[in-house]
Amino acid sequence: MTAVLAAPPSSPHRKRGKRRWIGFALALTVLVVMFALSVAIGSRTIALSTVWQVLWHPDSTPESVIVHDLRLPRTLLGFGVGAALGLAGTVMQALTRNPLAEPGLLGVNLGASTAVVIAIAFLGVTTATGYVWFAFAGAALTSAAVFALGGAGRHPTPERQILAGVSITAVLGAIVWAVLVLRREAFDRYRHWDVGSFSDRDSGTVLRILPFLAAGILLALVLGRQLNALSLGDESATSLGAHPVRIRALGLLAVTLLCGAATAAAGPIWFLGLAVPYAARMIVGTDHRWILAFAVVLGPALLLGADVLGRVLVAPAELPVGVVTAFLGAPLFIALCRRRRLSSL
Amino acid sequence: MTVLRAAGWSVRVHTRALIVGVVLLLVALAVALVNLTTGDFPIPVADVLRSLAGRGDAGTDFIVYELRLPRVLVTLLVGAALGASGAVFQSLTRNPLGSPDFVGLTTGAATGALIVLLIADGSGAQVGAGAIVGCVVTAVAVYLLAFRRGVQPFRLILMGIGVSALLEALNSYLIYRARLNEAIAAQVWLIGSVNGRGWTEVVIVAVAVVVLVPVVVYFGRDLKMLALGDEMAVLHGVRVERTRAVLALAAVGLSAGATAAAGPIAFVALAAPPLAARLSRSPSAGILPAAAMGAALLCAGDWAAQNALPGNDIPVGVVTAALGGVYLTWLLFRERGARR
Repeated sequence: MTAVLAAPPSSPHRKRGKRRWIGFALALTVLVVMFALSVAIGSRTIALSTVWQVLWHPDSTPESVIVHDLRLPRTLLGFGVGAALGLAGTVMQALTRNPLAEPGLLGVNLGASTAVVIAIAFLGVTTATGYVWFAFAGAALTSAAVFALGGAGRHPTPERQILAGVSITAVLGAIVWAVLVLRREAFDRYRHWDVGSFSDRDSGTVLRILPFLAAGILLALVLGRQLNALSLGDESATSLGAHPVRIRALGLLAVTLLCGAATAAAGPIWFLGLAVPYAARMIVGTDHRWILAFAVVLGPALLLGADVLGRVLVAPAELPVGVVTAFLGAPLFIALCRRRRLSSL
Repeated sequence: MTVLRAAGWSVRVHTRALIVGVVLLLVALAVALVNLTTGDFPIPVADVLRSLAGRGDAGTDFIVYELRLPRVLVTLLVGAALGASGAVFQSLTRNPLGSPDFVGLTTGAATGALIVLLIADGSGAQVGAGAIVGCVVTAVAVYLLAFRRGVQPFRLILMGIGVSALLEALNSYLIYRARLNEAIAAQVWLIGSVNGRGWTEVVIVAVAVVVLVPVVVYFGRDLKMLALGDEMAVLHGVRVERTRAVLALAAVGLSAGATAAAGPIAFVALAAPPLAARLSRSPSAGILPAAAMGAALLCAGDWAAQNALPGNDIPVGVVTAALGGVYLTWLLFRERGARR
């Protein structure tokens, strides 16, 4: 990550470079605040001073147990999943050159989740470690299928890709329902996982998906320069010495790792991958090295914010984070579709 | 193409479409008859027919009239309503994917029904009413969101996708917070099923079909003009926005009635019109052949659902979803080939 940041801004405009650094500092600040809020706020009210104290000096009081065993793991999970989905959305948008591309809308998250459902219902898999592998297989298959059907690289319109994704989502949804109707005991486990939630994940979840997350994040960040080349079009990219096919393959691998790990840990979460790159582009323009760096910061900030919101809005109950992101993200999607000129459809 | 004239009225009839429609209707009725004879207690065809004619014995009458006939009628009518509404939507959006499944209507209906089922503890006709309200509200919302100096068909579909994503999140939250028994009941409702439907549901969907199909067929004459583009349609004397609004509303009504009676059954509205159009070798689907196709498809699907797994009456929505998935993938592959 430091290597990416240390690269000199390619834009000759000083002003833009300055704006990027200020923006990055602001985004980091927001992330830190969200992180703190996520640790400090919950269904059980604990005074801020107590939180601060037990954070550094863990003891056996209930407050300390809550902070260390419930809130910290949950916050770390949100951090990882948010970074993963933000990056996955960015990479997908760059690969498809489609500002509406998003792992949720294109069905990749649901692909991962379908594979997990099949694993729960028929293969008796019950642990998050087991989920991960099936989630990877599902995510890989679906992203390959969406790219094939949506026609990556030829002359696909963004909207057709979305439609291909939605069709695949419909098919996968049908499969999931068919499985769940036949296997009722799997249904109960699934409905809590499906909604996209951090609440009942145990503290080991983060650790188990950590290697995959780290690999995916690293791969995505390294790809920045290549994605810039790809954004010029295949011919120009080739003449610049880049290999479009190799970039696509690596990008696909990154998306699979990120979406698979995130979905296995938290269930399918929609629209984060749409909102994060959009916000990042508004601040930094079109340089993918910067967009990716911002995605790592903005993704967790947004997801943790949504999670805190879900805990506060209907306290003492809580809204699953997937529901909150859908409620925040769907209007953004609608607004983006309304604004786009139809000539580009 | 034949033109029939009588007493100042004239009707153009696409001969092949007419034949296809009649044949499909006969197929649907035949499968429906088979459905009446099969079940836990098989009844010979002759006995069923005698019972339908009002001359059966009491036991057969009970099974036919109370247990099987409502279900078969719901299947036929829901299939027809979905087929007709799909044909209208696909013509209006000029897109084979522009079916009620994709513009968010079924999700909206599901939200309405879930609110009644899980929050208000309603049942039966109340759930149906909830579904209809949900469907109509969603349709209006999608239309208003897509409206920007007129409605562009593709934007309508995209808005539908956005709105249904929102509603799906709401639906899964409603299921998430429910107790397990209620959640399973809701999930079964969500997948679409004709199991255990009674005369209440028959009346709901029959009213929709009897009132709205004639409206759709009457205004549907202008669909061919609309397919040429708005300007051409205006030149040929079609009141574009009014025709479009009436057709869309009627199709929403059909879709709502069907969903209220049987839950959101997937893919029938998507697949029936193009299949009917293919059989009748006409570029766009006639509404009545599409309706007959829908009825035949759903009846066959229900037969398969009852007999696929012995002793396990799976919801018909599972069958249509599986078949529809195959169809949809094929459609996308073909579209992709056509665009090269």
